[in-house]
Amino acid sequence: MTQYLLSVHQAEGDDMPTSMEELQPIFDAVDAFNQKVRDAGAWVFGGGLQGIESATTVDGTGDGAPVVTDGPFAESKEYLGGFWIIEAPDLDAALKWAAEGSAACRGKVEVRPFQEEPS
Amino acid sequence: MVASLARRFGDLDLAEDAAGEAFVAALERWPQDGIPPNPGGWLTTTATRKALDRIRRESHRDAKHKAAAMLHDPTPPEPTGAVEDDRLRLVFTCCHPALAPEARVALTLKLVGGLTVGEIASAFLVQETTMGQRITRAKRKIADARIPYRVPEREDLPARLSAVLAVVYLVFNEGYLASAGEAPIRGELCAEAIRLGRLLRQLLPEEPEVAGLLALMLLTDARRDTRVAGGELVTLPDQDRGRWDRELIAEGHALVRECLARNRPGHYQLLAAINAVHTDAPEAAATDWSQIAQLYDQLYAVSPTPVVALNRAVAVAELDGPEVALALVDRLDLSSYHAWHATRADLLRRLGRSEEAKAAYDAAIAATDNPAERAWLSRRRSQLG
Repeated sequence: MTQYLLSVHQAEGDDMPTSMEELQPIFDAVDAFNQKVRDAGAWVFGGGLQGIESATTVDGTGDGAPVVTDGPFAESKEYLGGFWIIEAPDLDAALKWAAEGSAACRGKVEVRPFQEEPS
Repeated sequence: MVASLARRFGDLDLAEDAAGEAFVAALERWPQDGIPPNPGGWLTTTATRKALDRIRRESHRDAKHKAAAMLHDPTPPEPTGAVEDDRLRLVFTCCHPALAPEARVALTLKLVGGLTVGEIASAFLVQETTMGQRITRAKRKIADARIPYRVPEREDLPARLSAVLAVVYLVFNEGYLASAGEAPIRGELCAEAIRLGRLLRQLLPEEPEVAGLLALMLLTDARRDTRVAGGELVTLPDQDRGRWDRELIAEGHALVRECLARNRPGHYQLLAAINAVHTDAPEAAATDWSQIAQLYDQLYAVSPTPVVALNRAVAVAELDGPEVALALVDRLDLSSYHAWHATRADLLRRLGRSEEAKAAYDAAIAATDNPAERAWLSRRRSQLG
């Protein structure tokens, strides 16, 4: 089994629904998808993130005190909106989950394998 | 053998290296000891040993576990046909949609076709190091992302198979009408694509699109020798039909008949059927254009692309005249495609609109790098005075 990160990417230009009438069906679809992943035993973790305006960047690479900056690490038109970590036997299985997740949350999903844990 | 080792060890590099070492060992041993009674089995056994040696040498803990597991391979003895199954798995892995299209082509030629990196690089006119990197990156992704060695399940097969067929057809077309370079036709690429087509046909005899693609390539390749004369492209109506390869045509026609009997038409089968009609005509004037137009209608229903519409218009020109066809062609948004300009040029020429025809020939010449095609277009243009 390999763990995969399924990350949901949103672009600033995307017209995301804001009203509850539009959002509720998306929430429901994502809940149903999450449950399906859990029932299949593929669930590791997942969740949606607050908006990019809530981000803080910390740089502890220097010698002195860590530098704390308001805002995201990189100025970008696209940002991470949420993610799942799932467990799958191979990429085909992960891509199937990604397709379902993408349809549920109505966002493009990037699939990346985690590095193997050293044994 | 690479396919079967890759399945067993889950590592393409290891499988390739081990197979290579086994061949070297065979070259050293067989002349002295004589060729073993079962050369294939000898090579596989030797390669497996070499692979295990290598895993042991690279002795990190993980690999040692792997090696131990391989020695006690839990998979039952392979029934006959396992080698074919392994090659098929390998084809689907090489043509996985998670790989970039150019990487799929390169990997398929390398691992299924057995071409060297240098050969693939020169076929696609890129630097050997570039091609090497492309292949290495793709192999790394297969390992890291765990792209499986598996024939897709029935529900996924049509979509995945179409990616495989696209790779094979791309190799063929790159050979048949080279997009650039000195040679207008690169026969070795056509031959390799047909070899892959035959392999797929052997592995998936029940898939009509596989038969369709093979038929299409055979019927196209049958005309290869007549397609260029004196460095200049010879188009279908002017080709010396007596020099077409009758054996390939007969084989292609038999496959097309098989497809018709199955009655599950698809993109490649329809293209093959169109080529069957062309190769059926003893002379260009005897071509059954109404059947060709009908087949293009069917093709447009499955693949509604402007290129299909353009080819359909060529058939319409023969049936309803160049004026009707030109109206169809002018509606298509294909101004970066040399064949669109060349078709327009020919229709304008037939309508006696010489100045417009000349401009269209110029645009066609500018849009292609194929030397034979440029030569032909230039001569057609100069005939307009």
